[in-house]
Formats: sequence, C-alpha cells, structure tokens
Amino acid sequence: MLSLGLIIMASLFFGGIILRTKSLASGRKGPGVFQPLKDVIRLLKKGAVYSRTTSFIFQVAPTVYFGSIVMAVLLIPFGESNSLLSFKGDFILFAYVLAIGKFFMIISSLDTGSAFEGMGASREALYSLLVEPAFFLILGSFALLTGHTSFHEIFASLHLSSAFSYALATLATFVFVLIAMIENSRLPIDDPKTHLELTMIHEVMILDNSGYDLGLILYATNLKFAMYGALVTNFFIAGMSLPVAILLFIVIQVAFAATAGLIESFLARFRMNHNAQFIFSLSSISLVIFFGVLLILGKFS
Amino acid sequence: MLFKEILRISFVALLLIPFLKITWKGPVTVLIILLNILVSTSVAWPCLTGDALETIVQGSYIFGEIPLRLDSLSAWFILTINFTFLTGAWFGWQYMKSYESNPANLSFHYISLIILHTAMLAICVVQHSIAFLIAWEVMALSAFFLVIFEHGKTETIRAGINYLIQSHICILLLTIAFIWVASRTNSYDFQAIHKFSMDFSPLVSLVLFLIFFAGFGIKAGFVPFHTWLPYAHPAAPSHISGMMSGVIIKLGIYGLLRMIFLIHGDYIVMGYVIITVSVISGLYGVMLAIIQHNLKKLLAYHSIENIGIIGIGIGLGTLGMGLHNTTLIYCGFGGGLLHVLNHSLFKSLLFYSAGTVYQATHLLDIDKLGGLVKKMPHSAFLFLLAALAICGLPPFNGFVSEFMIYFGLFSSLKEASTLTLVFSLGSIIGLVLIGGLAVLCFTKAFGTVFLGTPRHQLHEEPGEAHALKLIPQYLVAVMILFIGLVPQFFLHYLIRPIALIADHTTPADTTLTESISAISFAGFVFVGIVLTLFVIRKMVTSSRPVRTDATWGCGYVGNASKMQYTASSFIRTYRKLAEPLLSIHKNKIMVSGVFPTQLEHKTHPYDRIEEKLIDIPLKNIKLFLSKFGFLQSGDLQQYVLNGVLFITAIIVIPLVVKSVEIIISFIEQL
Repeated sequence: MLSLGLIIMASLFFGGIILRTKSLASGRKGPGVFQPLKDVIRLLKKGAVYSRTTSFIFQVAPTVYFGSIVMAVLLIPFGESNSLLSFKGDFILFAYVLAIGKFFMIISSLDTGSAFEGMGASREALYSLLVEPAFFLILGSFALLTGHTSFHEIFASLHLSSAFSYALATLATFVFVLIAMIENSRLPIDDPKTHLELTMIHEVMILDNSGYDLGLILYATNLKFAMYGALVTNFFIAGMSLPVAILLFIVIQVAFAATAGLIESFLARFRMNHNAQFIFSLSSISLVIFFGVLLILGKFS
Repeated sequence: MLFKEILRISFVALLLIPFLKITWKGPVTVLIILLNILVSTSVAWPCLTGDALETIVQGSYIFGEIPLRLDSLSAWFILTINFTFLTGAWFGWQYMKSYESNPANLSFHYISLIILHTAMLAICVVQHSIAFLIAWEVMALSAFFLVIFEHGKTETIRAGINYLIQSHICILLLTIAFIWVASRTNSYDFQAIHKFSMDFSPLVSLVLFLIFFAGFGIKAGFVPFHTWLPYAHPAAPSHISGMMSGVIIKLGIYGLLRMIFLIHGDYIVMGYVIITVSVISGLYGVMLAIIQHNLKKLLAYHSIENIGIIGIGIGLGTLGMGLHNTTLIYCGFGGGLLHVLNHSLFKSLLFYSAGTVYQATHLLDIDKLGGLVKKMPHSAFLFLLAALAICGLPPFNGFVSEFMIYFGLFSSLKEASTLTLVFSLGSIIGLVLIGGLAVLCFTKAFGTVFLGTPRHQLHEEPGEAHALKLIPQYLVAVMILFIGLVPQFFLHYLIRPIALIADHTTPADTTLTESISAISFAGFVFVGIVLTLFVIRKMVTSSRPVRTDATWGCGYVGNASKMQYTASSFIRTYRKLAEPLLSIHKNKIMVSGVFPTQLEHKTHPYDRIEEKLIDIPLKNIKLFLSKFGFLQSGDLQQYVLNGVLFITAIIVIPLVVKSVEIIISFIEQL
C-alpha cells in the first residue's frame, strides 16, 4: 500500500521535474512543475477524434495499457513493507503484464492503417523485445544472490554489505535507468521532442490518439517512470528505517527525473539503426552483474 | 477397458460413411468421434487422479500378449487429444462444406479422421513395441491422407511426401531402438525398456534414450528434425493443421515423456541434452516464424517454438530427477505438460481462424490481407485471444505454463552447480527472447491481417463465418480463459502424471501451488482493473463530443491504403538484424535512370538448417546416384541384360570365392 501511494505521488511530479531540469539547463524560464499534470487533466476533459480506419482495438488499447502499468505498480514493494500482491516469481508477472500493455499499444497503432504509426510500432516491438533479457538477467542475479524469488523477499534481504555489492547495485541501477528510458521512449533511444514523425518511436505510435485516451497514455509514462524509480530505490533501502527510506525514495526519484532531464538536454538521439545494438548491450552489462554475483558466492572456485 | 468398443465404433463408421448422403457425412463423423471421445474420456478421467488400469489382450502368434496400460500420463494426453478432436472435427465438418463437390474424396477424408483418432488413442495406451509401432504407422498414414486432401495441387503432394518420408525415418529410429531392447531382453513389453536400462550402464541407456529422442523428436518437431512441419501444416486443410499442430506432434512429446519414465539413466545429462535442443528449437522456430509471408507457415514455425518451450519444461524436470529436486520436477514437468494442453488449445484456435480467413478471402499471404476486423469481428477477436495466449501474456493460459517453467528455472539457481547455472541461465534468456519475439511475430500477424485497410483487391467481399463454425472456436477460447484464470484447478490434475514420470511419492511442492493461486488472483485483479478503468472511461467520455475522421497523414487525406505498413516493412529492422543467422533470398529491382519503371523487392525466407542438413546431402546423393544413370536407358533389352548379369554375378561370385579359397588352402598345404 505504501509503495502504491509513494509511486503515485512521485508520478505526479516526475514529468514536471524533467521539464524544469530541461528548461533550467537550456536557460529558459519554462513551465511550472505541475504543467505536465495540467496537460493531462486538460486532455482528460476533452472530446476525441477517431480515425475511420480504426476498430474496437483502438478504443480498448489505451485502457489496457494503463491497466497493465497499474497492475505492475501493485507488484512493487517498498523495502520491508510488502506490496499489495506479492508471491514467489512475481517479477515474471511484472514483466509479462507490462508486455500485454505494449502488445495492445502496438496493435492499436497498426489499427490506424498509417505508415507513420506502423513504423513506430515496428520499432517499439523490436526494442521492447531486446530490453527484456537485461531485466530478467538482473533479477536472476539477485535471485541467485539472495536465494529468493519475489520482489519483496529479494529487496528485503538485499543488504549491501561490501563495496563489491554496492558496485553491483550501482550497475543494476544504471541498467534500470536505461531500461526505464527505453521503455518510456526517451533519449538516447527516442526523442519525445522531435518534430519529424520519421524519427519518433512512441510519439508516432500515438499520433491518432486524442482526448481522454491521450491523457491516459501521457500519464502512464509518468507512472512508469515513477515505477522504475521505485524499483531502483528498492536496491538501497533494505534495513533502513521507514522515514529514512521515504526520504531516500524522494531523493532518488528527484535525482532520476533530473538525470532524465539532463540526458535530454545534453545528449543527442542515437541513430535509429544503432539502437538495437545499444539496447542489446545492456544485457551484457547485466551479464557482468551475474558474474559478479557468481564471484560473491564463490561459484567459480 | 473399453478400448474394444472404440475399435468397434470406428469400424462400423468406416463401413457406414461412404454410403451416407453427402450432407450427412460430416455430422455423422462428428457424432462418431464424439462417441469415441465419450467412451475414452469415461475411462481416462478416473485414471488421471486415480490408479492406473491394466489389461492384457491376447494377440496373435507374432504379438504374444499385448499389455494395455492406462496411467495418469496417458490419461492427460488422451484428454488433451479428445478436446482438440472435438473442436477439430466440428470445425472440420463446417470447413469441409465448401468441398462437397467431391463426395468420394470427402468420405476418405472423414474416414481417415476417425482412424487417426482411434490410432492416437491406441498410441497412448498400447505398451507393446510391435503393436505400438503399428498404431504409430496407422497414425502417420492417416495423417498423411488427411494432409493431402487437396492432392490436385503439386505443392500439397510435395508437402505430403515430405511428411511421409520423415515420419518413416521417425518409425525407423523407433524400430531400431525397440529391436535393440527386444534383442537384449527378449520381450516386447515396454517394461523391458526399464529392465534394459537397469541392466546396462548409464552410457548405454543414454544412447538408447538419444535414439528414442531423435525418433520422437521428428514427430514433435524439435530442431533439426523440424523440416517437415512448415510444409505439411500449410498444405493441409485448416482443421487438420490445427489438430496436427495441436495434438499429433504432441505424441512425440508423449513418447519422450514415456521414455524418461521408462529409461533409467543419467538424468542430468539427459536433461542437459533436452534443454539444449529445446532452447535452440524455441529460438530458431520463432526467429523463422517472424519472417514468413504465409500465415499458416508462420503458425507452423510457432509450433516448433512451442515444442521448444515444452521441451525446456521437460528438460528441467529431467534435470530435477537427476538432482532430486522436487520443485524442479514439479515446475518442469508440470509446466511442460500444461503447455502441451495450452498449446493444443491456442494453436488449434489460431489455425481455425486462419482457415476462416482463408475461406473468406482465398488468401494466406499476410501482406495482401488487411482490415478484416471490420468484416469478421468474431474471427478477429478469437485470433487476438489466441495470439495473446501464445505470446504467454497474462491472464491467458500460455502465461501459466511459461510461469511454471520460469519459476522452476529461477528456483533452480539457488542450489545449482556452475554447469547447471549455465543451462538455467541459458534457458531463462532463451525463454525471454522467445516471448519477446513471439510478441513481435503476433503483433505483425494480427496487425497486418486484421487491422488497417485492405492491401489487396479481393474478388468478393469477405464475410463472417457461420455461427456453427464459430461455436467450436469459442469453446476453445473459453478453455483458454479458464486455464488462464483458474490454473489451480488444472494443477491439481497435473500432480499424478508428474509423480508418475518422476517416480516420486512426495506431495506436490507447496511454493508452486501458492504462486499459481497468486497468479490466478492477480489475473482476476488485472481483469478487474482494466474493466474498472474501462467503466470510468465510458462514464467520463460519454458526454464528450466524438468525431471520426481520416487517419493522420501529415495533411494528406486521400486513399492511403498503399502507404500502410506491411508485414514485411514491420519486421524489416528485425530482418536486418537476424539476416546473418537466417537464409533469406532476395529479389530486388532498384531505381535506375531518370524515369524509373516498376520497382520490386521480394524476400523468400528459407530454412538454413534445412539447406545445410537436408538439401546439400540430398544433392550429393543425387549426384552420386546420377553416375549410375546409364543403367536406366529405357531399353528393354538392356534391362534383361542387367538382370542376366545380376543373376550370373550372384551365382559366379560365390563360386569364384570358393575356388580361390580352395586354391589358397591347397597352396598352404604345399
């Protein structure tokens, strides 16, 4: 319950902090922290325009997508305090439930019969497939390290004892931040600010969504960011007292949002045809984590 | 046992069907299959949770006593077969309505269907090597006749012959293994295999297991024995493809499990072998599925992928037997067995809806289809449901079995040795990639076939299938949702078969049961969340203005159907990445000159393993044999001469040898 509340709270600010960071970095006055939220609320109140080509898939997809993220959030614990739904192997459900949301978004963009959206869908399908192994490798490593197979048990027993395990957690954080950037279609994979349809991924998939549905999709991005932020926080808060943990949660979320903003301010998007290699290389970093775990456990001797 | 009743029913049916009126052949076949299903289910159902049945039938002089054993493993497969045959026969009756112009052909088809069902039931219970091989042969032949229903087409006959040859290689391998066992133990009873493996060293058992694995692997479609599948499935009528992919290839899995049950050997090595082959099968199957243009061929490659997933489960279970790890045994065999049922459901549903699409449009080329969701909403919905299930997404059934396998893999990490870790980790990465690639493949298939606007001018407007054709499909859909949402129910029935294979008397692993219940709960929560969100959306947006307009095309509002993404363009990036591993032949006509004429870009996906393992050796054999082409001159006199020469040779050569021997011995005596 605690994690759900914290994640929703963080999701309200997340987009705003990214925006603020970007405007500060580029020396603009920029909109306020609540601007993205206001945009979402405005969209939720609007009517919609649907393409003639679309079918029921297009109407259902944003809801399923949002629902899948809510479901995933329910599975995330907060340190010692358990998540709403926790069982052995819950992280498998976490990955697969996110995939069903993605599946629906992909087919909904194909539903419009647009060349642009098909392009976005194609890229999204490929990139999200390439990012999965990294996630499973990391969780596999932690399952091996702690001997547990659920989010809550893994994070609760992930006491960082040595410098070595801190290094592992940092590496894992690095991978998770990049996974979050890829899953949310941010730089360096995708530039949400681009004005050319040909260079977009996520944005081009939702070209035809409007009104309530678009609002839902935009908010879902913030929720997803906050969700990954919470996962990253969980690497560090095992054994801490609750107020400290919550403080750390806020710090990490803000730092995460600021990092996302800074990356978007100072980095250019990769070439589209190099993205696949880049994403797959995340798996190799996860493999390093796995070997690190093997070293800790002394499996090599 | 009521096995004789089934034989009698089938026999009566064979005599009856040719004399029926054309419109009655279908319903009568369905009825007879239903009767067989009822009889066999009534026997098999109690065995699933209870004790095994055993009867001994007195065979002829050659056979001796034929033991029929119906244990929980057989029962699980019989029930799976029965459900798919129920929907398949029903769907087939509707599907075959468009072929009523040829009654003889149709009678033959229906008769083969009944024989196939009977033979498959027999395979599950007969435990006598010779009788088993005969049942296996009957199954292979009747399936062959079902596949070549449209034998007027060269493609179909080619695919049929390919299947026939490969199934006989399968039978050859099985025969070798059975004869080996029989020659050592002097018994054709399956128990002899167990005795054989106990008597000899683990290495000998391993070799025996590998022969069986290769034999049953051809039937199941493990890579590299998979090459018949992508030809046979598209050539067959859709209900046959559905049943073939759903249950016939599962008999290979049944055989594999039966052998793991019987052969006592080094289970760890056996597990490693199965896991390695399975991960390769899974990945290779789905990698090739993505680049296919033919919808049914795409589904056929997915069968290979799913056999891989089942194999990972079985391999894990076998590994668990070697390591004496109950969790691994239950997760591995449980996941594998449940996936057998699951795959038989969603794959048959996918083939049925592909068949509906084919009958409505007369097309199977994915790139030519499009926008069918508006013309055929039911078929689209069913295809989508099955696609979600086959991708292993919650809350559908595919997720449950994949979850069980994942669960086993992750729990195996804890106490594993470094070597086991490598295999577990490889399987995890394999499964993850398989899942992701399946999503890519089915978003492509569903998105291009059913969504967007039509990409090809059809001769007639496609329409939704008849309600009678939809009912069996909805039946499968209900099962998919049932397993997806209430998996505990099925887990309960899995315990017996697992315990049987693993020879384990300890009760089921509770951690798995807990997690499965949690998944069921999570499935309901997820459905609840989505429904709630949907109701909220409905309430909020009901008063809002809604307008329909053209799709966004940067201001262009004309007909943009030619500009849509096609299946080929959807997977282009993937194809570029995977090209080094696959074999894709391309035809390109590029832009040239000031006024370019027609452009062209064609890709012909081909199977690299087939190329290397079958085509090249075949070419070499042909090249070698063509050296003897002079013997086949077409001249009768020469053939007579050949015959005379042959007879002379077999008479003279022994004489010559004999005389040489005499001379040698004479010289030695000097």
